[in-house]
Amino acid sequence: MTQNSAESELDLRGVLCPLNFVHIKIKLEEMNSGDVLEVLLDDGEPMRNVPKSLKQEGHRILRVAPEDGHYRLLIQVAE
Amino acid sequence: MEGLKAELRKESRRLKLNFDELKSGGFIKQTQKDLFTVRLRCPGGRVTADKMRTAAAIADKYGRGEVHITVRQSVEVPYVNYIHFDAVAEELRAVNWSVASCGARVRVPTACAGCSYNPNGLVDTQGICAEVDRRYFGTPTGHHKFKMSFSGCPIDCFRTREMDLGFQGMVEPKLLEDLCNGCQLCVKGCEDKALRMEGDLPVRDDSLCVGCGDCVKVCPVDAMVVARRGWLARVGGRHGKHPLFAYEVANFLTDDQVYALIETTVDWYRHHGEGRERIGAVIGRIGLNTYLDDVVRPLGVEIVAQADQRRKYWAGGNLYDSK
Repeated sequence: MTQNSAESELDLRGVLCPLNFVHIKIKLEEMNSGDVLEVLLDDGEPMRNVPKSLKQEGHRILRVAPEDGHYRLLIQVAE
Repeated sequence: MEGLKAELRKESRRLKLNFDELKSGGFIKQTQKDLFTVRLRCPGGRVTADKMRTAAAIADKYGRGEVHITVRQSVEVPYVNYIHFDAVAEELRAVNWSVASCGARVRVPTACAGCSYNPNGLVDTQGICAEVDRRYFGTPTGHHKFKMSFSGCPIDCFRTREMDLGFQGMVEPKLLEDLCNGCQLCVKGCEDKALRMEGDLPVRDDSLCVGCGDCVKVCPVDAMVVARRGWLARVGGRHGKHPLFAYEVANFLTDDQVYALIETTVDWYRHHGEGRERIGAVIGRIGLNTYLDDVVRPLGVEIVAQADQRRKYWAGGNLYDSK
């Protein structure tokens, strides 16, 4: 969990469920397994749904950092 | 009703139809003379493609080329003339199928898709639904209908609160403190606000937790795990002209305890019911505590006996409370 530098990033503030998850999925598919994606996600519904769906698909959430009204997530692409 | 039964018995004798098959109730009298709706037995609403083709063929041959999808997951073929009952039964037997029931019996149980492919599912609703159908379908109650359903999680798509007996999947989460990294995703993910951070760790309030397992599903380091998994049992619900909401009566039942609760509850209903009462009316008349003492306590399960243990499951709305 030391590699906290992201290969790619997505700003999904203001993007509604489940479109935010779809954006992440498309991005993750372009990446290699083990790569890290940084995502900005709104509090509320997105934070309730998106992390659960990511885990279901086998991806790993390395870090969750609260920022002003949103969250910064580091997601590692599934093996 | 008696007149119809006598008429059916006479007709079935004349046509050499199997009266027992008619009596089981899967043939429902329509407004139109001589026409019936054939209600098919579809536990949990899961029907093979093979059976669906048979239903379609029956609708084409003996009905009007249409089926009705019922609110309790059955497929019905309307507009079937009673003279074709034996032919219909024969076609159903060829695919190992039969009609459902009506009247004062245990009805075909309903169920959601459950854990086999629904991400919310916590338990195997389809598996237990098929087994409950196999064991208890058609059991006479002596009073009125007896409906059961199975929901895989507390979202309760299968409306266990409106059943004579309803079972809903639930889990008890537990935190492995050594693994928790304090990310708070579980707290964010809990719709019931049953989790809060105390220092670096999430703490759960059982008086708010409905057992949906979302905290377990979201935890990125598998620190929140399932301590227990089972069925929440609800008794005494119904819809219809005078709906009743069921009572939660037991937590975390195993499959075997579900079967035991069904058997003892139907037995209790048979003994204590009067006339065409549903079990909810019986409980209303002689008291929930009597039911709990007679049926739930002897099973040695985790009983829900206090009203305040049920408070977390409902939100309000019009309950026609006169108070």
